[in-house]
Amino acid sequence: MTTLILRRILIAIPTLFLVSLMVFALQRALPGDPFLVIAGEERDPEVIARLREIYRMDDPVVVQFFAWLGQVLQGDFGRSLRTGEPVLHLILQKLPVTLQLATASILVAVAIGIPVGILAARYKGSAVDYSASALALSGLSIPNFWFGIMLILLVSVHLKWLPASGYESIFVDPWEAIKRLILPAFVLGNGLAAFLMRHTRSAMLEVLRSDYVRTARAKGLDEDTVVHRHALRNALVPIITLTTLLFGELLAGAVLTEQVFTIPGFGKLIVDAVFNRDYGVVQGVVLCTAIGFIVMNLIADILYIVVNPRLRTG
Amino acid sequence: MASPDSISSAGAAGGLSTRPGVLKRLLKNRSALIGGSLVLIFVLMALLAPILPLADPFKSNFLAIRKPPSELYWFGTDELGRDQVTRLFFGARASLLAGIVSVLIALAIGIPFGLLAGWYGGWIDIVISRFTEAMLACPFLILAIAFAAVLGPSLTNAMIAIGLSAVPIFIRLVRGQVMSVKAEDFVEGARAVGAGDLRLMFRHVLPNTLSPIVVQSTLFMAQAIILEAALSFLGLGQQPPAPSWGQMLNVAKNFMEQAPWMSVAPGVCIFLCVLGFNLLGDGLRDALDPKEN
Repeated sequence: MTTLILRRILIAIPTLFLVSLMVFALQRALPGDPFLVIAGEERDPEVIARLREIYRMDDPVVVQFFAWLGQVLQGDFGRSLRTGEPVLHLILQKLPVTLQLATASILVAVAIGIPVGILAARYKGSAVDYSASALALSGLSIPNFWFGIMLILLVSVHLKWLPASGYESIFVDPWEAIKRLILPAFVLGNGLAAFLMRHTRSAMLEVLRSDYVRTARAKGLDEDTVVHRHALRNALVPIITLTTLLFGELLAGAVLTEQVFTIPGFGKLIVDAVFNRDYGVVQGVVLCTAIGFIVMNLIADILYIVVNPRLRTG
Repeated sequence: MASPDSISSAGAAGGLSTRPGVLKRLLKNRSALIGGSLVLIFVLMALLAPILPLADPFKSNFLAIRKPPSELYWFGTDELGRDQVTRLFFGARASLLAGIVSVLIALAIGIPFGLLAGWYGGWIDIVISRFTEAMLACPFLILAIAFAAVLGPSLTNAMIAIGLSAVPIFIRLVRGQVMSVKAEDFVEGARAVGAGDLRLMFRHVLPNTLSPIVVQSTLFMAQAIILEAALSFLGLGQQPPAPSWGQMLNVAKNFMEQAPWMSVAPGVCIFLCVLGFNLLGDGLRDALDPKEN
């Protein structure tokens, strides 16, 4: 098992290297001179020359890349071209906001997706199954930013039940935080629930067709016990790893959800950076997201090896 | 001696032309029919927009600012008094165009690289596959935003950004298909009668990988339409005054209390159009699935 895990980690290294190469190339492909933005209104040539020196712009591209990579490896993801703040600092500031939203959304997705998926598999071909499939397809087709707007219109503007926007930390004012989290978490969790539902259904159907389930039924066990005690445990293995892989989807979804609900998180950071032409932040956010995604992939792989006895002994 | 072309790839799995029952099965498939009809409605909307007697989608009417739905304005008017129905029709053009162009970009880059990786294997495959993995490591929308940031906000650039971010999906798909098809007997047969690599790849292997590519392209159309709408919603796609559904929602979110109708229709259009492509893609997959035959 250790060899398998080590091999997975080794495979991730070249991917990480290539991601950093792509992000570096993206930075070099930017239109115009980014230093004109930093140099401000006066565009003092001396300031620009000094900046070019600091950022080693006159060195060969390969030297520039490895110098930049060295900085990244030391945790220096560059600085905001606007404020001069370290990008990592900015990201770490915004990350808890997005993580709070992401955690709540995963909870919503798991609470809806897995039970509905189980029901659809158990009553395959029935009205329950068809309704669940239609629900999942709608969940996958609905643009979450529009769904958010509709919920704000109904729940906040019309019924005045919940606030339409804003953020509060769960550790500062839990009640206020929950009130502000319900709508965005439901919007972000909805698409993921549809995804989980589809996968739970197919994983359950696969397991319910297997020999050991037939044996359990033949032993005279009732269907509830067969489904919950025997089938579900095995069906959940791929679903657990799949949930880890939803990280990327969550971050992308958070960009739009945070925009709709004016939540000052990671997603809003990248959108604002794009509009401010703060390429340093855009580049840092893309790199951090990719690293996070690769690490989550790695965790999913390792988790799969750990929970799968055949791979564990193999 | 048989010519390389006379070696038929008819026995191979996956070829569209080799499945006479595909259309029949597609017409019998309920989700394909519903999806196809929805798609057809939106295609007609986009094509007929300039011909139909609709109001000018760009012309402001300050006497009709933010009018609620009525007999005169079925879906109301926007913040500049423009008819929402007209803008929805013209918005369909932007959305469908974005879908088609991004799929074409993804195919134009994805197919050759997927073919190369799958056919030659070895270091070519390793290099292409590692780049594909690196691109897939970044969430779709974040990658599209990064590309859009580099290219600048416009519909054309949004389409390029969406197409580029989908390239790795198609490379991976084509590579996998090519690897399974190249081991088939008919490929060996064509090689035995003297077909070169290029002929084998483009005349024998590629046509037999088309089914999954068609299904994936249809499903990706749905994703591309949502992505275009998302980028336009963020202000990185279609720029005002030109209409697109996402851009209409971007403006509508500022008038949620004063003019809630502005948010409803564009979202319904995106939802139905995406649903149409998803249903059609699912139906196509069922019709082309070898297990169904």
